[in-house]
Amino acid sequence: MTATDIRASSETLLTVEAPKKAANMGQVVRWLILFLGGIVMIMPIVYMLSTSLKWPHEVYNVNLWPKEPTIENYTFVLEDGRFYGWMINSTVIALITTASNLFFDSLVGYTLCKFRFPGRYIVFIAILSTLMIPTEMLVIPWYLMSQQFGWLDSYWGIMFPGLMTAFGTFLMKQFFETVPDDFIEAARIDGLNELQIWWTVAMPLVRPALAALAIFVFLGNWTAFIWPLIVTNSVEMYTLPVGLSSFGDEADVQWELIMTGAAISTIPTLVFFLVFQRFIIRGVVMAGLKG
Amino acid sequence: MSTVTLRNLGKSFGKTQVLKDIDLQIEDGEFVVLVGPSGCGKSTTLRIIAGLEEATTGTVEIAGRVVNNLEPKDRDIAMVFQNYAIYPHMTVRKNIGFGLRTARMTRAEKDERIEEVARILDMTDLLARKPSQLSGGQRQRVAIGRAMVRDPAVFLFDEPLSNLDAQLRTQMRLEIKKLHQRVESTIIFVTHDQVEAMTMADRIVIMKDGVIQQVGTPSDVYHKPANTFVAGFIGAPSMNMLPGTGSSDGILLKSGVNFTGGPAGTEGRSVLLGVRPEDLTPNGAATLVEGRVTVREPLGHETLIYVDTGAGEVIAKADGRHPPAVGETIRLSALPQNVHIFDAATGQALT
Ligand SMILES: Nc1ncnc2c1ncn2[C@@H]1O[C@H](COP(=O)(O)OP(=O)(O)OP(=O)(O)O)[C@@H](O)[C@H]1O
Ligand SMILES: [Mg+2]
Repeated sequence: MTATDIRASSETLLTVEAPKKAANMGQVVRWLILFLGGIVMIMPIVYMLSTSLKWPHEVYNVNLWPKEPTIENYTFVLEDGRFYGWMINSTVIALITTASNLFFDSLVGYTLCKFRFPGRYIVFIAILSTLMIPTEMLVIPWYLMSQQFGWLDSYWGIMFPGLMTAFGTFLMKQFFETVPDDFIEAARIDGLNELQIWWTVAMPLVRPALAALAIFVFLGNWTAFIWPLIVTNSVEMYTLPVGLSSFGDEADVQWELIMTGAAISTIPTLVFFLVFQRFIIRGVVMAGLKG
Repeated sequence: MSTVTLRNLGKSFGKTQVLKDIDLQIEDGEFVVLVGPSGCGKSTTLRIIAGLEEATTGTVEIAGRVVNNLEPKDRDIAMVFQNYAIYPHMTVRKNIGFGLRTARMTRAEKDERIEEVARILDMTDLLARKPSQLSGGQRQRVAIGRAMVRDPAVFLFDEPLSNLDAQLRTQMRLEIKKLHQRVESTIIFVTHDQVEAMTMADRIVIMKDGVIQQVGTPSDVYHKPANTFVAGFIGAPSMNMLPGTGSSDGILLKSGVNFTGGPAGTEGRSVLLGVRPEDLTPNGAATLVEGRVTVREPLGHETLIYVDTGAGEVIAKADGRHPPAVGETIRLSALPQNVHIFDAATGQALT
């Protein structure tokens, strides 16, 4: 946040009237609700961390702090060679799908938003309507398709359903509506072709939307479970969530190891989020100041 | 620098026709202003010239070459938009240089050109700023700079001053006029402000409902309006229109006054006698308007007075220091050469 942003937000805070006694009560209730909400959100993470520090015999003990904390689980997971492979698989897949979504969703969204052509409305509705079909229903056709094409157990097989999303296309189309046509026409007069206009004029103006989309897509693919589980066979092709769930066997699920792996695997998502959230917050602040 | 010729231009959006038979010849280096009420098709005309919109019928020629099938970038034009359309994510330097991206120039030549434009527009110390750090007038100047940098044959302006406050607008008006004298390019300027039109134009094109009403110099359209629409649109307050009937020795007004003069051949026809508020003066020879003053609007150097004639209200301009009092009955007359006669049915000028 720049200095002006901070000033702007502190000014908004100052405009809030000094609380009176009656309002105070309401405030307490509000804080309480928010606090409880916060607890609900944070508990799974706290348990994840605490379980990752427990010995196996203590896992089903609900106490927050392990009696005999250990980093043995971390040593085990990090020394187990498979973990790194899964991490690399997940990273590569999440990064490629994110880049692909940013590119194709915004390209299609832009076209649907800024060009008038026959069938435009039908195409848009067709894309939107795919949002109504749940993943669980698509998994079987995807699988059959992958099988026919020989994509099973490959990066491409894991990635192909998510290289473009209807949600992303819709999001980008809506955001491109906020880009005034004058910008595009000015660029047209300045001699840019349509692809250049999209890339150098329209895309920089929807950066906040791109950042939001990047976070959604990255997290979605990082945590995707059902499809990677179905399409992969060999342990080397597993993504992180699939790999983690394979710790243990039918008889014995090793929760402490799963939680350890999960704890480690949140680190990249945190980094990714911290990098991109800057753009989102800045976009929101800018929009607020103009209006 | 080049001529622009519109021949038989027409435009329809679906079934609605917004431009009809636009014929216009613009000379090399001329400053032409398109003016008219909202929705009359000014922007559409400009956009067709720019190539942002396709003409339904007719042709656009720039420098003697039909450009209907050319892309905007190949027409050798530049356009300045009402809301500037300068890119918020680029610095002033980048914004101005944007039009040179595709030009065949070395980097140094481009920089030199950008700096030259910045000098002309007095923006040299603003080059590193982003648009959000500029005032409205400065933003508009950047938009003009971006148009200038490519040295186009024709500049198109679509209401570039309407987002500015009154004072800045007057200043920018002057700057654009000076700029025109300096670069000597052909300029087509759209506005709905008749003062802007009068002060800037070499020639004014007055449009209404997609049809050109009159083309002429500011003096032409002011002193010899072609019809009642032009007469009412140019000049503020508007020209007074007094209904009457032509007779053998002049025009008999509805108020009972007889105006001797006017064109021959109006006998028995309904006519409108138009006279501008500033052309009505007290204590002249032949009274044209007689009535009671109902309202006064002092403007400083002059006072507008509203006179109830019994057959409608007439606005006149009176002296700022000694205006007639409200309630006073006054007689106003006008010189015959300042009186305009229009056909009441068609609105066409008869004088
Ligand atoms: N894309 C479009 N589709 C349908 N009708 C349009 C379109 N663009 C303009 N029009 C119509 O064409 C007519 C002329 O529009 P235009 O923008 O040229 O008016 P204007 O003279 O520039 O008015 P203003 O002073 O308000 O800018 C208007 O009635 C408008 O509704
Ligand atoms: Mg317009």
